[in-house]
Amino acid sequence: MGLELKNLYDGFRDADTIKAYAKIIAADAQKLPHPINIMEVCGGHTHTIMKYGVLQLLPSNIHFVHGPGCPVCIMPKERIDHAYVLSMQENVILVTLGDMIKVPGSNGSLQDARAKGADVRFVYSPLDCLKIAQENPDKTVIFFAIGFETTTPMTAALLDTVIRQDVKNILLHVNHVTVPEPMRALISDEACIIDAFLGPSHVSVISGSKIYEEFPRDWHKPVVVSGFEPVDVMQSISMIVKQFIENRCELEVEYKRAVTREGNLKAQALNDKYFHNVDFRWRGLGDIPQSGMGLRSEYDRYNAEKIYDAILPKEEINDHKLCICGDILKGKASPPQCSIFGTACKPTSPVGSCMVSSEGACSAYYKYGNLV
Amino acid sequence: MNKTITLAQGNGGEENNELIKKVFYKAFKNEILERSEDAAVIGNLAMTTDSFTVSPLFFAGADIGKLAVCGTCNDLAMMGAVPKYLTCSVIIEEGFEVESLERIVESMRSELAINGAVVVSGDTKVVPKGSVDKIFINTTGLGEIVQAGISSNNVSEEDVILINRDIGCHGATIFAAREGMEMSSTLKSDCNSLYPQVKALMDAGVRITAMRDATRGGVAAVLNEWARQSNVCIEVEEEKIPVSDEVKGICEMLGFEATALANEGTFVLAIHKDSAAKALEILKGFEVCAMASRVGEVTQKYPQKVILKSPWGTSRFLETPNGELLPRIC
Repeated sequence: MGLELKNLYDGFRDADTIKAYAKIIAADAQKLPHPINIMEVCGGHTHTIMKYGVLQLLPSNIHFVHGPGCPVCIMPKERIDHAYVLSMQENVILVTLGDMIKVPGSNGSLQDARAKGADVRFVYSPLDCLKIAQENPDKTVIFFAIGFETTTPMTAALLDTVIRQDVKNILLHVNHVTVPEPMRALISDEACIIDAFLGPSHVSVISGSKIYEEFPRDWHKPVVVSGFEPVDVMQSISMIVKQFIENRCELEVEYKRAVTREGNLKAQALNDKYFHNVDFRWRGLGDIPQSGMGLRSEYDRYNAEKIYDAILPKEEINDHKLCICGDILKGKASPPQCSIFGTACKPTSPVGSCMVSSEGACSAYYKYGNLV
Repeated sequence: MNKTITLAQGNGGEENNELIKKVFYKAFKNEILERSEDAAVIGNLAMTTDSFTVSPLFFAGADIGKLAVCGTCNDLAMMGAVPKYLTCSVIIEEGFEVESLERIVESMRSELAINGAVVVSGDTKVVPKGSVDKIFINTTGLGEIVQAGISSNNVSEEDVILINRDIGCHGATIFAAREGMEMSSTLKSDCNSLYPQVKALMDAGVRITAMRDATRGGVAAVLNEWARQSNVCIEVEEEKIPVSDEVKGICEMLGFEATALANEGTFVLAIHKDSAAKALEILKGFEVCAMASRVGEVTQKYPQKVILKSPWGTSRFLETPNGELLPRIC
């Protein structure tokens, strides 16, 4: 019998294992010198924590701060407006990933654009753009690329194929971002309360665990690279707690099933070939130097941002003043502390970034967290 | 509400409910409509209507024709009625193949036979290319109520919650087909007439409080509708909700919840505690119901809410699905 999908998660949701870790953590936590605040950087972890009720299993001196790691949540409105404007062009098919199409910009969301007649599609893999382009030779397919280190290689692979096969009708609008830069920006803030980080395993599958080495070394913040199943997260929390009670400050990898120090060198080389670090404005966090991945200038002819420069809005747009997503992303506040949480701001009518995607902290709280 | 209609407003979830309430209920307001049942109850008759549009038209386990008969007959069965008479109204896009139409109509015929129902009136419209997506079918059904008093407004602490089979098969099948996901799997739509199962339950004298087929919006929508309509809290044990490995796999890959996926032959039952064991035994007598399960109970812990309990002692609210069904990114 071959490998089945369920082999990938079976065991990592085992009730007895989860309960056993809860006991270990509770016992160890009594020895903690002070309460600790752990930031899970990635929206996928926020999702796991809320969906599986991880917070209900933790003692009162372990807190979680939900980080900025959701590619949809951190997209500034002006860039969503780019997607909207591009989608409304004649003979353009705008393609993007998943719930990006729900996020409202200043004129509405891509869903609204679609309701007005725009051809907006979502794909699972950027390579699906090739098929769309082939089936629509008289249209221009613009891939609105989003995501962290995990999705960047897929965009690079798309461009690589476009160039090799000389596909004439695919352009890219690139919004890729990286994980370590915002982490650094967060802990540089004096009001930051984060004591340790849970690092996303899939990012390290690509980039290696080495990208986090500076955090224990230069910032004195332990990092554990963790998988996304509840057992993974519980084990990682336990590893962090043990570091504090044993007075260690290290980078550790819980997700040893696929993470190495160096990561996927082939994917990294592909990224380097097509992208370079650029400044990026994060919704809620503001400008973070070198935190984006932009197309290298030699590929300008594939860069929709350059080609459509004349019609793309330039002005920066900030969130509504009642929205505290910035503070939530920094760990200064939790979603229920927001005055419009669950009232004016809901998943069906999101005001701020964190309510938009199912991986955003507010959306996860709204959906799962109001029981506790 | 938006100024223009979006796909999210047809999702069977929150936005859909808002649209119905603010536009249709507002205009058509009357006592029968406001009971918000699967089928309207008029004396000893049950009446319901449904329009069917699906892409692709033919999919693993069924086609739009079977769907159009099952959907309407199931809504009648959910009110304890035997499906009797249907209307069949089709809107066909210019250029549609007659052979496909015949296949669809043949599916309808054989499914009608299973229900013991007949089509007594119909209408055909052909519209220019591009005006509809191939074919839309509307069926309206009239049934005779055999067991009166079944209602989504009557669920109480005397009841337990059952599900007749593994959930999410239809939604997962359609999603996989639409996205051209190729996988070697036995996954197929659960599209099926529920009247035979309902008849068996009624014949055995099972004390049925409520039944609802979990179509768009899935099991999550049904449970939330009941919690709200009956002002109760429904507590469900997550591990008891039957989900096949295939559906779990699709959910894992795409980041869906099986409870939010559409079904076409899956229903949720509120059964009086005394009858629960018997109901489960009867359901399990049907081949497709091998995974029938008692999933939860009715309490007053958080009225109008649905609670999902994990095997490791944590719990969370199960919300009505909202938005368009979209995959998570990472």
